[in-house]
Amino acid sequence: MTTPDASAGTLIERITAAKASLDFQGMIDLVPYARFLGLTAAMQGDELITTMRFGDHLIGNRSLPALHGGTLGALLESAAIYELLWRSETIVLPKTITLTIDFLRSGAPVDTHARGVVTRQGRRVTNVRMEAWQADRSAPVATAHAIFLVMRS
Amino acid sequence: MADLDDDVKRKFANAAARFVPHNEALGIRIVDIVDGEAVFELPYDAKLVGNPDTGALHGGAITAMLDGCSGFAVFASMTERVPIATLDLRIDYLKAAEPGRSVFGRARCYKLTRNVAFTRAVAYQDNVDDVIAHAVGTFMLSTKQGKA
Repeated sequence: MTTPDASAGTLIERITAAKASLDFQGMIDLVPYARFLGLTAAMQGDELITTMRFGDHLIGNRSLPALHGGTLGALLESAAIYELLWRSETIVLPKTITLTIDFLRSGAPVDTHARGVVTRQGRRVTNVRMEAWQADRSAPVATAHAIFLVMRS
Repeated sequence: MADLDDDVKRKFANAAARFVPHNEALGIRIVDIVDGEAVFELPYDAKLVGNPDTGALHGGAITAMLDGCSGFAVFASMTERVPIATLDLRIDYLKAAEPGRSVFGRARCYKLTRNVAFTRAVAYQDNVDDVIAHAVGTFMLSTKQGKA
């Protein structure tokens, strides 16, 4: 775990610190489940790309083999949340209200990448579209859209 | 499907369970599989936490459980085991799960056609009527290499 300021502060304070030092990975590593999935993130051009490194524990169908659909859903949801955390001025932990995933292709046992794009930023809710792909970005393995509550609790 | 033997369906579903490493990684236990219905248990585990301040499980872990549980509800409604692939899944998150305790998933395949299965599922802790998350899904049947 490469967490900056891991010892102190709330999650929001620690995310803010990671953002200030442009430490994408530090932001992700704050969340145990993200480490379990093997998520990494990096800016590529002006896009924040989240990657789920392949591991045997992500397999849902041993005979194909193929990734578990739930791992793709979790990757897509995470990519959207990172996009919101990274782009917004003030950090508010987005709460997922609803998530809809279209599974387009079988997920091969390789690294999977995802990106979220905000389609509407409202005062209380934000709509995000996401896509996940492997070798060929023009042939996504799954797409999704989600609505997040972005009010301070 | 009422004339089909539950033992047959349970056998198919349990056989299918051994082919899902990710369920094992999540620590999922299959609680019950009956005619067209599957109940999973996701035990609380620190590695699945989404918010370290509260200890609440990440929604992704619940998504993965409901996806798997819904798929098993489809298997539990078939007497001939054919491959399936999730077409789509919509999850509504009603509230956070209480940390430190298992989350259960109960899924039902409420319609099975020649090509497509339709499922509904809920995630809950104490009471199936006190819902944490609700999911609806569709599955393609008899897929080749996982393609719809």
